[in-house]
Amino acid sequence: MIELKNISKNFGKLTALDNLSLQCHAGECIALIGPNGCGKTTLIKCILGIVLPGKGDILFKGENISNSFQYREHIGYMPQIGRYPENMTVGQVIEMMKEIRKSSALDEDLLNQFKLYALFDKKMRTLSGGTTQKVSATLAFLFNPDVLILDEPTAGLDPLSSEVLKEKILAEKKKGKLILITSHLLSELDDLVTQLIYMQDGKIRFHKSIEALKRDTGQDKISRSISMILKSDRHE
Amino acid sequence: MNRIIKFVILDILKNRIVLIYTLILAVLSWSIFSLEDNSTKGLLTLLNVILLIVPLVSVIFATIYQYNSAEFIELLLSQPIRRKKIWSGLFVGMTTSMILAFIIGAGIPLLIYAPAGIGLMMLGTGCLVSAIFIAIAFLSAVLTRDKAKGIGISIMLWLFFALLYDGLILFLMFQFSDYPIEKAMVGISALNPLSLARILILLRLDVSAMMGYTGAIFKDFFGTTTGLLISFSLLILWTILPYYFSLLRFKRMDL
Repeated sequence: MIELKNISKNFGKLTALDNLSLQCHAGECIALIGPNGCGKTTLIKCILGIVLPGKGDILFKGENISNSFQYREHIGYMPQIGRYPENMTVGQVIEMMKEIRKSSALDEDLLNQFKLYALFDKKMRTLSGGTTQKVSATLAFLFNPDVLILDEPTAGLDPLSSEVLKEKILAEKKKGKLILITSHLLSELDDLVTQLIYMQDGKIRFHKSIEALKRDTGQDKISRSISMILKSDRHE
Repeated sequence: MNRIIKFVILDILKNRIVLIYTLILAVLSWSIFSLEDNSTKGLLTLLNVILLIVPLVSVIFATIYQYNSAEFIELLLSQPIRRKKIWSGLFVGMTTSMILAFIIGAGIPLLIYAPAGIGLMMLGTGCLVSAIFIAIAFLSAVLTRDKAKGIGISIMLWLFFALLYDGLILFLMFQFSDYPIEKAMVGISALNPLSLARILILLRLDVSAMMGYTGAIFKDFFGTTTGLLISFSLLILWTILPYYFSLLRFKRMDL
């Protein structure tokens, strides 16, 4: 569904992505992990066309995304830190997105579960970080996209809302959607993801399915498997 | 595109700074016209306000607004919208609201107190000057990611066009006063939108007689209909060019 071919991106002297290739298919739920500054967010932004890669091609459903914008109809994106026009109310932001997307099949599950209707008259600037995250999450899921890209989705959410969001991700995964999640909370990923990509210094260190990862390392938790791999690397 | 324009206008019109700007323009123009018994004197004073305050507020407000909406632009970019549409939507939205503020603040007293022709012309020049400096702000906002640097560039550009340029012209005139440079002065003045706007209005006010021989040459060129059309086209070009270059840059930019 999404194919990256030899993507490179430099910010000045810093290499954010280094000749990176990747294939993602529908029905997969992929965790993108790695240390801070390894290029996770840059990779996501490249797929969204927010950052333009220096070299390489990105194909979405077989079509090159450079100079194209229509493909973003099929993507729901939840940014790490969602910031919105301060003077607009929650209702206005959601209305604006509805007008931009012009989609009729709306998925208002999260809108109801997060009880955002009660906050519709609140200005965006008065919202707490967690509530802003709820708005971001709602917007990402609202238009029933085929691909969901979630950048640190549960950071800043309270445990209850975090659970609601996880349930929602699971439900969407069952519908055969492609889901990309970046997270530092490995324990949260255990029951969600089917594949794992570990990035370091702009490269993919490994891209494995969870079963293979657990089998190879003999551990039953993602966090333990990864720490084992990293430790064994250090000894070599 | 209309949606973005609508949201930007709604956002800006609620902005306190724009409300204060409108209020200051209104207070200034009403008091200028009611204090001066001669409407020409009032127009001259107001001209200086338009040529200093309007570009300053437009350029700084637009630059700050541009940086503050970085996240909003990022949000829009992740939606199925063309980059060009986002940029033009922001530009049209911002220009419309600043022009609206100018018309409400200075336009109404201008139309009431000033003679119709000159009043309308000053209104038009004020609107164009707003648009030009918003376009310049867009350009400085894409030149650097650093907000402080961007605002610095904007202020420097305003300083250059509003004050330094006239100083340079004066300097040139004194240095080359032995040569017939009057025709060249027309060309050099046309390169600065604010000089151009000032000359256009001054010539309408019949104070050009005080500008001596250069004034006569100016009158010969800018006073004619062709000259007027050319100058207004130049002002419009001053809006389009900075905007166009900022758009080219924005299309290739990482956010």
